[in-house]
Amino acid sequence: MPAVSKGDGMRGLAVFISDIRNCKSKEAEIKRINKELANIRSKFKGDKALDGYSKKKYVCKLLFIFLLGHDIDFGHMEAVNLLSSNRYTEKQIGYLFISVLVNSNSELIRLINNAIKNDLASRNPTFMGLALHCIANVGSREMAEAFAGEIPKILVAGDTMDSVKQSAALCLLRLYRTSPDLVPMGDWTSRVVHLLNDQHLGVVTAATSLITTLAQKNPEEFKTSVSLAVSRLSRIVTSASTDLQDYTYYFVPAPWLSVKLLRLLQCYPPPEDPAVRGRLTECLETILNKAQEPPKSKKVQHSNAKNAVLFEAISLIIHHDSEPNLLVRACNQLGQFLQHRETNLRYLALESMCTLASSEFSHEAVKTHIETVTNALKTERDVSVRQRAVDLLYAMCDRSNAQQIVAEMLSYLETADYSIREEIVLKVAILAEKYAVDYTWYVDTILNLIRIAGDYVSEEVWYRVIQIVINRDDVQGYAAKTVFEALQAPACHENLVKVGGYILGEFGNLIAGDPRSSPLIQFNLLHSKFHLCSVPTRALLLSTYIKFVNLFPEVKTTIQDVLRSDSQLKNADVELQQRAVEYLRLSTVASTDILATVLEEMPPFPERESSILAKLKKKKGPSTVTDLEEAKRERSADINGGPEPAPASASATSTPSPSADLLGLGAAPPAPVGPPPSSGGLLVDVFSDSPSAVAPLAPGSEDNFARFVCKNNGVLFENQLLQIGLKSEFRQNLGRMFIFYGNKTSTQFLSFTPTLICSDDLRANLSLQTKPVDPTVDGGAQVQQVVNIECVSDFTEAPVLNIQFRTLHPALVDRTVPSDRQWSPARPWRYGGTFQNVSVKLPITLNKFFQPTEMASQDFFQRWKQLSNPQQEVQNIFKAKHPMDTEITKAKIIGFGSALLEEVDPNPANFVGAGIIHTKTTQIGCLLRLEPNLQAQMYRLTLRTSKETVSQRLCELLSEQF
Amino acid sequence: MARMGQRIEMRFMLLFSRQGKLRLQKWYLATSDKERKKMVRELMQVVLARKPKMCSFLEWRDLKVVYKRYASLYFCCAIEGQDNELITLELIHRYVELLDKYFGSVCELDIIFNFEKAYFILDEFLMGGDVQDTSKKSVLKAIEQADLLQEEDESPRSVLEEMGLA
Repeated sequence: MPAVSKGDGMRGLAVFISDIRNCKSKEAEIKRINKELANIRSKFKGDKALDGYSKKKYVCKLLFIFLLGHDIDFGHMEAVNLLSSNRYTEKQIGYLFISVLVNSNSELIRLINNAIKNDLASRNPTFMGLALHCIANVGSREMAEAFAGEIPKILVAGDTMDSVKQSAALCLLRLYRTSPDLVPMGDWTSRVVHLLNDQHLGVVTAATSLITTLAQKNPEEFKTSVSLAVSRLSRIVTSASTDLQDYTYYFVPAPWLSVKLLRLLQCYPPPEDPAVRGRLTECLETILNKAQEPPKSKKVQHSNAKNAVLFEAISLIIHHDSEPNLLVRACNQLGQFLQHRETNLRYLALESMCTLASSEFSHEAVKTHIETVTNALKTERDVSVRQRAVDLLYAMCDRSNAQQIVAEMLSYLETADYSIREEIVLKVAILAEKYAVDYTWYVDTILNLIRIAGDYVSEEVWYRVIQIVINRDDVQGYAAKTVFEALQAPACHENLVKVGGYILGEFGNLIAGDPRSSPLIQFNLLHSKFHLCSVPTRALLLSTYIKFVNLFPEVKTTIQDVLRSDSQLKNADVELQQRAVEYLRLSTVASTDILATVLEEMPPFPERESSILAKLKKKKGPSTVTDLEEAKRERSADINGGPEPAPASASATSTPSPSADLLGLGAAPPAPVGPPPSSGGLLVDVFSDSPSAVAPLAPGSEDNFARFVCKNNGVLFENQLLQIGLKSEFRQNLGRMFIFYGNKTSTQFLSFTPTLICSDDLRANLSLQTKPVDPTVDGGAQVQQVVNIECVSDFTEAPVLNIQFRTLHPALVDRTVPSDRQWSPARPWRYGGTFQNVSVKLPITLNKFFQPTEMASQDFFQRWKQLSNPQQEVQNIFKAKHPMDTEITKAKIIGFGSALLEEVDPNPANFVGAGIIHTKTTQIGCLLRLEPNLQAQMYRLTLRTSKETVSQRLCELLSEQF
Repeated sequence: MARMGQRIEMRFMLLFSRQGKLRLQKWYLATSDKERKKMVRELMQVVLARKPKMCSFLEWRDLKVVYKRYASLYFCCAIEGQDNELITLELIHRYVELLDKYFGSVCELDIIFNFEKAYFILDEFLMGGDVQDTSKKSVLKAIEQADLLQEEDESPRSVLEEMGLA
């Protein structure tokens, strides 16, 4: 046996571990483990009661087996038994097993909680420590429920030992993280803050962790911790390196505590009290000064601990972002680290400078390090460091250095690690767009990106270059020329073919005057790539060809020949075949004028946030990008400005295409109503044109529906076009609902058709009658529709209100991306406005036919008992979704329609109600009882009615309200 | 710029050998067994592939990994992006010092054969991912007290009985 175990001699365990280590193969190991598992199982099942020691040993073996990566499905009970042992080591192993292996198995948790309760009450600090550790390790909700009230008391009790205080603070911290709602704030919080003054630095360290987390959520309550933290910090940084004895780590006084205090201060703005603020500034200066002093030890631990405090201090300086002097000093310090021989420090300096770059005070100072950082990109051997350098270059980029930084990133991209290429591509694309003064530079940059790293250029990037070229006429000719030249390369990336195809299709005419790029040469160049491309790219090229037919009548026959060839007309791919057929037909039947209208140049795209930026945010997490972006927005405002897009002047979108039904393509219905642009191919389009196609329920519609269960008036639906308001009244089994449709735009809605849709089931039980409304709704106008309602019998579903209409509002035509489909010229009705289709659930619910009934306590309970048949009762226990406010609850029950009966329930916290549901055929008496549990933030709702379906439905409806 | 949200000092700590054998794992955030195994496998691969002299920090998934190699063992901690990397590196060192002091020139075998002790020491030092006490003396005192309690507990046993043969 190689190692002698210290302390206890569980020799059986050591022998077993040796055996496992000696196994020559995985199979042998599994065999040995199975043998051991069988042995342990038989020991646990055997009739001879095991003594504590054996139990401990076997539990320990199971733990070892689990840690080897095998599943353990027994032994939990034995481990729980060990918890109640009086022997420390047995208890300890029991707790260890539970920490590692127990999940929230409810039966066991109860037993475990019992054992913990006993140990917490034992006043034996070692046992209390074990119990607190177990709570912190498992940290489940059940444990929080059981102990979150108890632990604060232990923490602040005067007679609690220091070591227990430390454990209690961290244990409470853990419970607060998993179940903040279960940790009650109270008197103890102010006493916890004062632990920052404690004599024992271990207690202060643990308390600081707890306070930091609590202060993040309750900054007001822990405000006093700021001055205490500052004075504590000040005492530490000014102490001699030996003052703090064992809390000095390699000549650095209390580095952990210092870091934590600096962290705590980052929960707050700079202190308001000038004395505290001055003291803090002194501390930060002292820390910066110490960085310049010669090291007290050559050990790396010394410099690490010292610099850990320094970096945290710099974080605080950046967080406050208010002392230019400190910010510049921080920046200079980091500048030194950029060239340090320790890789770790270079990494951290790059990382920290990234945040400094976003402060207006230090942005310029950061920029002075550009050479060092670009150098790091070339010389660092570790990809994680290079990645940081890329981030920093991105952060320090502004108008003055954009060309240099983009060039550096592009040249790095040639050799960059695959893992970070996509991110670099996104960053280059964003910087190039943002800081472009000269858009030819932008176009060159993006084409370079495609050339160097085509595979990593995502759709967002090439969509964006097209959007920009289309929106800026000063760059269109240059773009056409550049893509034409780039396409000359014998092998070019498919993304280049896409961009090239799109741009030449729009602006090929701008370079057609040059005989070297005549229409036919352009076409042949594109077509030479055609067969190497994927289906979507080929589809795009077909659209380019039909655009060419319009731009260059002289190549029409060449293109028609291509479209007519079997490889297009009979292509196995439906989309390609269809485009070929449609385009060929279009080029044959349409007059020049019609072609010119249908195939007109794309209108400008609406300006909005770059989708590339959105993608980078998604990739990197919002925090890393947003901060920098927000800080920079001001600086870059002038660049993004540019010529404003003018959607109103885009004539192609604002007038319905007169040629729409002249195409004579046969099947398309005369009404130029296109489906939402997201739908699939033309076949689908044709089907979804039929008015019976109902849109899926609008997002948020369920929420709105629920809000109307307890009220009758309000706004049911609203988007940027349309608002739907409701007003309704009900009496017995009858009702009337006024629906108001408001046109929020300045142009007309056409073919405005609201339809009420009921399933067959619903129609049998609920009768709705209404008249059609005027199919034209003027801009800004409101129309009203009346619905007469009769409840025939009880019902569950709700009717759906479907509204279809056409809008001519050009700005709302969704053209976020130049997706090929929208561009596709054979579907000209897309230019003429969009078809709108909205569905919402109409809040006609069973409870609307309630009549309240007042009754006395004894009557209520007598009826309650009468309805005791199990089918008559429905009960639901659910979590509160809203704050549990008595008055609001009362209002909701009354709004629900039943009477609210006061002083009926013996427990005044409960609510009871009674009423009668009126239907044409029958009347149904209903009783309800709602029992809130404030502690658990839960409700129990019980409904008793004479009809099962009614109990069920009312319970469903009401449960959603609290 | 305030750092808000639930911050956890440390998500997990792993000890594994150069051969990719896991020696100790401690999770401070509830993670399913399957997910744990996947994360361990993935992270070991990443860390073992790194060359000496590379930086001790790396971004992995949405976490930052801080690691250091001591002889044949890698000590590896996963923290949140904004946490202090250097202090975490020293946290690892302090834990190694504690093990060293307790076992007397600790080696991988000590941790294999006395894995439960390695856990106990870690628990004394860290709780729920936060450092409980940074004083070497306090932590070791707590462990020694526990050992003392243990020796009082133990009654002598025969070797055969120990091996389960009696």
